[in-house]
Amino acid sequence: MYTYSGFDKAFLAQRNTQFRSQVERRISGALTEDEFKPLRLMNGLYLQLHAYMLRVAIPYGTLNSAKMNKLADIADKWDKGYGHFTTRQNIQFNWPKLGDVPDMLDALAEVGMHAIQTSGNTIRNVTADHFAGAAADEIADPRPVAELLRQWSTDHPEFQFMPRKFKIAITGSPNDRAVTRAHDIGLRMLERDGTRGFEVIVGGGLGRTPMIGKVIHDFLPEADLLPYLEAIVSVWNQIGRRDNKYKARIKITVHEHGIDEIRSFVNARFEQTRATFSGVDQNMLREIETQFAPPSFKTASDAPFNEAYHNDPMFRSWADTNLTAHQAPRYKIVSVSLKKHGETPGDASAAQMRVLADLARDYGHDELRISHEQNVILPHVHMSDLPALHARLRSANLATANIGLISDIIACPGMDYCALATARSIPIAQQIANRFDDLKREQDIGQLKIKISGCINACGHHHVGHIGILGLDRAGVESYQITLGGDHTETAAVGERAGPGFSADEIIPAIERIVEAYLELRSARDETFLETYQRTGLAPFKAALYPQAKAVAAE
Amino acid sequence: MPKQFTPKVVTANHLLEGDVIYQTATGWTRRLSEAELLTDEADADLRLIDALQQTDAVVGAYLADVKLVNNALEPTHFREEFRTTGPSNYAHGKQVELH
Repeated sequence: MYTYSGFDKAFLAQRNTQFRSQVERRISGALTEDEFKPLRLMNGLYLQLHAYMLRVAIPYGTLNSAKMNKLADIADKWDKGYGHFTTRQNIQFNWPKLGDVPDMLDALAEVGMHAIQTSGNTIRNVTADHFAGAAADEIADPRPVAELLRQWSTDHPEFQFMPRKFKIAITGSPNDRAVTRAHDIGLRMLERDGTRGFEVIVGGGLGRTPMIGKVIHDFLPEADLLPYLEAIVSVWNQIGRRDNKYKARIKITVHEHGIDEIRSFVNARFEQTRATFSGVDQNMLREIETQFAPPSFKTASDAPFNEAYHNDPMFRSWADTNLTAHQAPRYKIVSVSLKKHGETPGDASAAQMRVLADLARDYGHDELRISHEQNVILPHVHMSDLPALHARLRSANLATANIGLISDIIACPGMDYCALATARSIPIAQQIANRFDDLKREQDIGQLKIKISGCINACGHHHVGHIGILGLDRAGVESYQITLGGDHTETAAVGERAGPGFSADEIIPAIERIVEAYLELRSARDETFLETYQRTGLAPFKAALYPQAKAVAAE
Repeated sequence: MPKQFTPKVVTANHLLEGDVIYQTATGWTRRLSEAELLTDEADADLRLIDALQQTDAVVGAYLADVKLVNNALEPTHFREEFRTTGPSNYAHGKQVELH
């Protein structure tokens, strides 16, 4: 894990002192809200429906026990004893008081964390595959590159006042778990003839105009990464639409100019930016890489795992659902679900955070990850430790065996917290999870991703959910629109809108009808929802979703 | 024909606490029930201007629709209703703090 250098610490201390002074001047009345708002946003502080909200970056989703414990302390001391993990690998505190925020930022700095550029028209927290450094299918750990990008983009003088926000995601695996095709820039690490490079994807994004990113470079040599990205952002910074907020993201620029023209602009700019990079960035990358060396994996028998697996059905169910193949022998990646049925997706209490920190230290080489799916990952656990780890997760209400299943729902905070929301998301997620838990059909239904957003900005990734739900305000009533067939992986696709929306009372039965239709339609038990949908198309699902329309048509 | 004016209150967030507040005839309150009911458009505009000038105390003042039910003020839109209570997933915010 990257440890802050003296330079990083001094920069952060200076920035926190600066913000403390800005908060003091706001409270004294020396700064108006119009003057203060851009300053607080640059430091991750929003004003939401019921309170301020502090969004803290968890760069590329990586934490250790000290950082997790500090988040728990902050939740207890200055918030209401919990935090909300988001789809951008951040954590949000929903109840801070303005005067406390400088102290919260100082506390974060003690463990090398900050809230810089988690808002505003800047390059945001760089996200990465949550299995990075552990996944069996990985070409290389993307986190050193992500850290280099964090350092390059933080307080970059050219990129502080851009047309809109800018999001970068990176994966080192061919199986894309970082949704790279729905980011302003997506990076996929590749290897050709023993040489590392990147497929560079540009112009993806969700929101009101969902777009799947386009390949601007199919194999960018590793050493050219920073000057090439600087060229992309710089071209967009110059020609991006500043006249219309809704057309300002790079996806619109790429759409309006076409990928070929954008590529030629970028190539021309790249000739200039490349000349300004002396190679110092590559030296820094080599230095950063040493801090991401794999842990010293232990060797031990997997007998305890096998015994528990055969004798404990609870453990077996959890192991079948929440474990993923690891690159080291007899190790597993553990996904800890923050989706217990009826609870708020992505929320962890301070006590749960401390349990997770303890487990990381005791069994997980002191590493934790936050996934964009709002779960917590223990990336390196030896199989012999899994029974003990599972028992401790159970005691902390963290052993829900539902990863990838219908109750493992992404949901944004929605109108329970967010000032931009047009409807609530959380209660819908809670009701769906409870309903399918009651039916005891989750395992039978299998892999099914439901993603819920409480407004068109799509923080809940609804466009790329197998079933997407978008909450809207229709004439003063909460209304929910369904999309089907979205895909967030390397075969990314935007879901198709199924038809008219449903009220809050109607949406759960509507989801049930879709699932019933899938169970009827699937050709075999192992044909997933998405596979069935791709085979049959929208029509049979639509017929199930709107039986009245079918009846009317038959009359 | 101009749209008929509907009853309003001035609402905002408190600068320090960040929570929802309503304008009264003499200051601010955390309870909608104590808010000043504005039934005249010109009067409402003036009260909003007054609120917007109090930048050292409140943030983001605006006029929100309300209705009188059994002599009590109630929001007309669900967003304003949620602002009077707090989130639905936890017993946090006004639903517990005002009782």
